[in-house]
Amino acid sequence: MSLGAVRTEAAPDETPGKAPSRRAQSVRAVGLLVALGVLALVFLLSLWIGSRNIAFLDTWNVLWHNDGSEEAIIIHDLRIPRALIGLLVGIGLGVGGALMQAVTRNPLADPGILGVTMGASASVVVAIAFLGITSVLGYVWFAFAGAAIASVVVYLLGSAGASSATPERLVLAGAAITAVLFAFNQAVLLLDPTAFNEFRFWEIGSIAGRKMDVVVRIAPFIGAGLLLALSQARPLNALALGDQAGRALGAKIGTTRLLTAVAITLLCGAATAAAGPITFVGLAVPHVARLIAGPDQRWVLPYSTVLAPVLMLGADVIGRKIGGAEEFEVGIMTAFVGAPVFIWLCRRRKSARL
Amino acid sequence: MLRTRSERVSFRVDARATTVALALLAGVIVVGLIAMTTGDYPLSVGEVVQTLFGQGPPGADFVVTTLRLPRLLAGILVGAALSVSGSILQSVSGNALGSPDLIGFTNGSAVGALLVIIVFGGGAVQVSIGALVGGIATALVLFVLAYRGGVHGRRLVLIGIGLSTMLLSVNSYLITRASLQEAVTAQSWLVGSLNGRGWEQVVPVAVAVAVLIPLALYYGRRLSLLELGDDKAKALGVHADRTRLVLVTVSVLLAAVATAAAGPIAFLALAAPQLARRLTKAAGPSLVASALMGAFILTLSDFAVQRVFSGTQLPVGIATGAIGGLYLAWLLVHEWRRNRAAG
Repeated sequence: MSLGAVRTEAAPDETPGKAPSRRAQSVRAVGLLVALGVLALVFLLSLWIGSRNIAFLDTWNVLWHNDGSEEAIIIHDLRIPRALIGLLVGIGLGVGGALMQAVTRNPLADPGILGVTMGASASVVVAIAFLGITSVLGYVWFAFAGAAIASVVVYLLGSAGASSATPERLVLAGAAITAVLFAFNQAVLLLDPTAFNEFRFWEIGSIAGRKMDVVVRIAPFIGAGLLLALSQARPLNALALGDQAGRALGAKIGTTRLLTAVAITLLCGAATAAAGPITFVGLAVPHVARLIAGPDQRWVLPYSTVLAPVLMLGADVIGRKIGGAEEFEVGIMTAFVGAPVFIWLCRRRKSARL
Repeated sequence: MLRTRSERVSFRVDARATTVALALLAGVIVVGLIAMTTGDYPLSVGEVVQTLFGQGPPGADFVVTTLRLPRLLAGILVGAALSVSGSILQSVSGNALGSPDLIGFTNGSAVGALLVIIVFGGGAVQVSIGALVGGIATALVLFVLAYRGGVHGRRLVLIGIGLSTMLLSVNSYLITRASLQEAVTAQSWLVGSLNGRGWEQVVPVAVAVAVLIPLALYYGRRLSLLELGDDKAKALGVHADRTRLVLVTVSVLLAAVATAAAGPIAFLALAAPQLARRLTKAAGPSLVASALMGAFILTLSDFAVQRVFSGTQLPVGIATGAIGGLYLAWLLVHEWRRNRAAG
């Protein structure tokens, strides 16, 4: 299957004859600052808005002075952890998705591809069905280990001979592993309705009801993954030109792919561990980032870092508000908030090439 | 390479592709024979043939013509339909992931089916109709959203994925809000199953396949030209937009009809065309080999769930996932070893 069509059109901005103007650079920088401002705003909204009405000024006051009142408990014990989880999960999925699309040179790649999400799911199924674990905190390490194991297997399977994993083979290896794990999950769950009953609420993807301990567990992984990701921005730009051109430009193809795969595992594994499988963010946010910033990974990755949590937290706030007594899970809302925007963008402009 | 030329139509026959196709056909026949003759009520090949002509042993008639034959035919037809559908979409979108599962047709069918199961509490036939309506409605919405002076493969797939995620979250929502019993029914439909499929499911698929697959084969010969890019295809005399529109429509209909009959059989549409392409080593997609590969994997998988896990009534989607996935993995490892030996 020709993924080559994508490859030949790929060109980072810094090609000879199309030097980046200083103006374009500063527009991107300002855009990033604006996006950061929006993120701060959405984060505050996520602390303020919820099923219980708390005036904005009260929210602001108890945020800084935990006076032990009921409002303070709601905000400090429920809303702050939830907002932080949304922030971290958003970063993990957005940056993980951007890395995945870059390393596979496939604009359709997302954490669902490459087996990461399915690895986490299979591991959670094992935890529920065979070990009787039913708390989110209990799932975290399982999900993470499952994501890591699946990633390693996919990477080994996708590695062509002595050289390194090629994009097309990575995608197919991901599809193969996903298929096998999906079969395993379904077989176990259909034979064990009690486990299915637990699993269906994890599978939908939610950031509600997570406490600070989940935040503390996943934050180091997201942080490490983010740093590793940003360090690979430049080599990934070279990789976008194709393996040979990239090598000619001095990129270490194998090392870059390996480090990127590690970063993807850290980011997506931790995100899925905390919130369950949320697929749309990792797919769509990098596209939006490329539409705004062009194909240069040194801009795509920071934009994804900021925009993905905006989508996560924004969707979560809307889900809390429109559901009334019954909240809509963030996994549903990201799709319903994000997909129309994504479709509109795809219609409006030619989506930026990788 | 073989080249035969009749008066008006010319065929180009690739020896390797032909061998692969014949081998797959033989595989389908062998699996079919075994599936027809074994089981709780063993029959010889001769007895099966006699039964088909109305002269079999007593009791065989029900087993053969009501239980085994429709299920086998459903497997062959649904497998072929899904695989051709996936093959076309992968070629048009230029992406190994461009299968009907990914761009929303299957999720649209699933929404239709789940609404019938969970909200209206309908039976098997209503579920099929719900799935058919859901799949075709989704495709129409997708066309309207993606159409801008032509169906651009890449835009179609991207918008399809957007639409697909929305539909998927509708499904997740329905499943979490349903009672456990309904949720389990819905979930097992979502995996794709041939359990209890009778003539009422086979006949519509057979009609659709008889009309659509020849159409796909006729236009499909231009697919490898389309893969060269629109400009080159146009220079070679292919009307790119029209060809693409016809082919995508055929692909949608095949997927919708197959899904209505058997549910969204997991990974078949994605894996079977890839396997066929890897085996034939053809430059373009080979629809005949894909169709046979789909039929072979699905009948083999269905045989496996019936016999290997007998008594549990596991849906066939579990086996297609496992068999298709493991085979794809094996093929990748195999290539890896060969590359290593070569270099």
